[in-house]
Formats: sequence, structure tokens, C-alpha cells
Amino acid sequence: MSGQTVIEKIFQQHSQERIETGTNIWIDLDVVTARDFGGPNVVKNFRKYYSQQRVFDSKRVFFTFDLTVPPKTIQYANNQQICREFAREQDVQVFDVDKGIGSHNLIEYGYALPGTIVVGTDSHMNILGAVNCFGQGMGDIDITFGYRYGRTWFEVPETVKVRITGSPKSEFSAKDLTLKILGVLKTDRILGKVVEFEGEVIENLDLAGRITTLSMVTEMGGISGFIPFNRNTPKEIRTICGLAEIPAEIVSDPDARYAETISIDVSDLEPMVSEPPYPHNVKKVYEVGTVKVDFGFVGSCTNGRIEDIEKVWNILKGKHIAENVRLAVVPATQRVYGQSMERGMLKDLFKAGAIISNPGCGGCAQGHIGMTGKNEVMVSSGNRNFQGKQGDGLNYLASPEVVAFSVLKGYISAG
Amino acid sequence: MKETEFKGRAWVIADSNNRLIPDIDTDQIFHNAHLHITDIDEMGKFTFGNLKGWEDFFTRAKPGDMVIAGSNFGAGSSRQQAVECFRSMGIKLIIAGSYGAIYKRNAINSGFIILTFNNIEKLIKQHQIKNLDSIRVDLLAGKLFNERSGEQFDLSAMSKVQMDIYKKGTLLNV
Repeated sequence: MSGQTVIEKIFQQHSQERIETGTNIWIDLDVVTARDFGGPNVVKNFRKYYSQQRVFDSKRVFFTFDLTVPPKTIQYANNQQICREFAREQDVQVFDVDKGIGSHNLIEYGYALPGTIVVGTDSHMNILGAVNCFGQGMGDIDITFGYRYGRTWFEVPETVKVRITGSPKSEFSAKDLTLKILGVLKTDRILGKVVEFEGEVIENLDLAGRITTLSMVTEMGGISGFIPFNRNTPKEIRTICGLAEIPAEIVSDPDARYAETISIDVSDLEPMVSEPPYPHNVKKVYEVGTVKVDFGFVGSCTNGRIEDIEKVWNILKGKHIAENVRLAVVPATQRVYGQSMERGMLKDLFKAGAIISNPGCGGCAQGHIGMTGKNEVMVSSGNRNFQGKQGDGLNYLASPEVVAFSVLKGYISAG
Repeated sequence: MKETEFKGRAWVIADSNNRLIPDIDTDQIFHNAHLHITDIDEMGKFTFGNLKGWEDFFTRAKPGDMVIAGSNFGAGSSRQQAVECFRSMGIKLIIAGSYGAIYKRNAINSGFIILTFNNIEKLIKQHQIKNLDSIRVDLLAGKLFNERSGEQFDLSAMSKVQMDIYKKGTLLNV
């Protein structure tokens, strides 16, 4: 028998069945969550199918409100209240509208840990790969079943190894690296598969950078991704979740089997952007020419950490964004908001002309922080630029640095 | 007994060059403006409401119709509504080259039939199936028949889990 990949090992620890690629197995779930999108549907399903029954473990089931926070319509308010009432009945904790992005909170509160399996109604749950947790987004039927039984079926996916080679000549952002990889993999190379990245450049990423890269495995069509820890990663995780000890990282065996190995040379890495309407329409910033910008967005589960806000702050402090340009900054979580406030970043960003909102998803949630009108151009640190995703306008994806330089100059720019 | 044979019109979700549109994401299928909806009956009218050229799909399609779509269908978010909107309309099933990973799970768990057909792009390009052709799908035999041309094609088999859940209704009946 050959060795196992990371996902095969994690599944093995959560299943009684033999782990074989392509077969369907039942796995136990460590944590099951639902957001304000999907959550009310889960409650509705639960009440219909499991009336009078309890969730599998009230300490491992959560609601995380992060999309329309606080709710901007009566319908969303009612939906959140439906979840709160169910949570009270079931003694389940709610990360309410003040807390920020659920997946990030699962890391900060120590629920997503190395080797665990965490699922939720969030297609970017795979950011949890940053802490060596298998995070999986699911629809409300799946989550209803998970709430009740703490388990689910899973087709054991193939794993692809993506080897990042070469070293960029100048400083780069994790988002540039991510977009570069996305531009090569597009949406078909790892579709429905798990990816294990390797190579010095990617393994050197800090936790925030890992979150950026692994969140966009979704846009690559993949299920989830993992990057081997570097020397600092365990300490970063312990610091962020406040636990003195965390489980050991699950690593693949040297003789693990991969569907394919893809090498991507990043020696020529430069600031990148995704042109609308697809995240994989990746170009170097200079290749898009002069694109006038109306609106900048910094935040999202991909780039909403303190490290991301700090980069924007470093570029914008003491300056002012261009005339007729707007900038929105949305910290990922309450903690990130607090950190950026205490360090004076929010004040400087406010003075630079930014709109600063409470933590949450911001743009993706039906444009909670604002949408674009027809012909309006947005440059965003988010992860999706599909037609109509954040308004009628055009949405370019880029690093927080490129967003900052772009709103400063009034056109898409890498400084 | 659940149906295993379907007969109806095929909606070929292609562009003006008769190319199946790839990467149709969940925001194009069921836009995030309607995510507060929890009642399946209300979901149908928003189907493809944000997919250029297909915004009026709801008024044109009728119960019993089937959908043929491009690769990576249902990319993007985890929203169940992007599956349920088709059920809401009475669409019987979808055939595509591949699906977004979460979309695939959601459809299977909901007992909504999605079938994979690797060569579907080529078939459409060569006009072997045209929009609104009358087609027949036999789940047990894994066959797709074009009633207009008399041609038949092999579909990838449904997995055991998919068939089990389909027979029981949804994952919640398992």
C-alpha cells in the first residue's frame, strides 16, 4: 500500500472506512457551522426533518453571521432571528453580526485546528487549510444533516501537487502569487481535487498569506489546499487562537500518490490583476493599460487580515485618495478591527478618504458595503469578479497594495 | 418508485457561437440578491436571472424540460438555491461536462439529478443535440437519446451514493 496524502490522512482519522480515491466514505465532522445565508434554510430543514431532535453536539455547532451584518433588510433580519431562536433552543453559540467573518473566527477562537474537519455554508471554508484543517463549504441540506448527525459522506478526492519554483526578483504580495497560480491552473486543472502546494516561496508565506492563497483554491475549482507549515506557522496559529498547544500538522507521506504534479515558475512574478468577469482572467498590472478606477475595496475572507490592512495603511497614511474615487475598508473580524484601531490605522485611513465599516464579508454579500453602477470600475482585494457579483460595473481583483496604489492614483496601478 | 427515465425538451445553454458556456457560476444561476429566500416555490423565477441571454429562462422553460450546460457548471458559492431553483421550476435534470465541487454535492444531497457527460461540448458544437430537441434519458442504462436524430450517447454512471439519495428523496431522508 502506498503512502497517503494530507486529505487521505485527515479522512482516515475521521472515518472507519478504507480511504480509497474515488470511493464514497462516511466521515465524522469536528465542527459544523451555518451563516446568515444558508442558516435559515438549515433551520427550516432541521425543523421539518428532525422536529423535536437535538443537534449532534451543541458545543461543536455554530451560527456565524457575516454576510449582511447588521442586517440591511427586514428579510435578512428575520432570517438571522430564525437562527438565533433555534440556537437558543439548541444551546448553540451564535457568532453574531458584530463578530466578522465566520471562517476567520473559527481560526481565531481555536475551533479550526490542524487535522480537524470543519464545514459550513461558505464556499471559502477552504481558507482553513491555512491551519492544516480541512474546511469544506456546503449547501444547506448537507449542513442540516451535519447539524443533526455530525457526519457526512464524501467522495475521496484525488490530490494534485503544485510545485512553486523560482524566486521572484522583487517583493511580492501573497495575492500576486495566488493570482499567478490561478492564471495557470484556471478552473479545470484541479477541478474537484485537493491541492498540496510546495516550494520555498509558498512555504515561506505567513498565516495571512496562506489564507489568501488557499481561499482562492475555490476560484481554481479545487476543493481544498494545503501548504506545509514553516518554522513559524505553529507559533502563529497558537498566537492567533490563544492555545498553548495545538495538534501536530498532518503531512503527506513521501510515497503518497498524486493525480498529477504541476510546476509553476514564479521567477517573473509581478503585481497581478484579474480582469472581469472571471477570477482566472489574470494579467500583469502593466498589461491592462490605463484603467480608471471609481471604487476600491479592501477586505474579504481573502485579504481582510491585519497584515492586509497594514499594507494599505503603509501606502495611504499621510496621503489622500484621488478625487472622485471611493475606498471601502472592511476588517475581517472584530479582533482585526480592534487591532487596526489601536494601531491608529483606521484614523489614518479615514483621513486618507476611506469608508471604514464594521467587520464582515463586505462586498460579496450582495454588496453590503456598496455596489457598482453600470460602467463603474471597482478594484477589489476580494476573490470573485463575476458579472453582477458586486453590482453592474466592472470588478478587477488585486492585492491590497494594488488597490491602495490604484485609489491613490485614480487608475489601476502597482505603485 | 422514483422515475429513472425522462423525456422532454433540452435547453442547450450555449452562446451565440453554439458553444456551451463554461464556468457558469452560482451568482449567474441564482443571484445573491435573492439569497434571503428559503421557500423553494419562490426560487424558480430567478433561475439564470443573471446569465446574459438567458434571463427569461423561467418564462420559456416548462416542467419536464432538461438542461445541458458547459463545464464547471455551478462554480462559486455554496448556495443551495442554485440547485433548488431548477427543482422549483420542475426541471428534471442537468447534463454537463463537469460541475463545481460544492454544486455537485448540493445537487446529489437534494436528490436533484445531475449527470456528467465528458464529450458534451463536442456534441453540441457538431449540432448532434440542438436547443429544444426532444431528448430521453435512461438513468439505469446510462444513456441519452436524441429523439430527433435517433442517435444515442453514453452518460457517466451515477455513483451509488447519488442513486441511493435520489431514491430516498434527499440526504435528510437517509
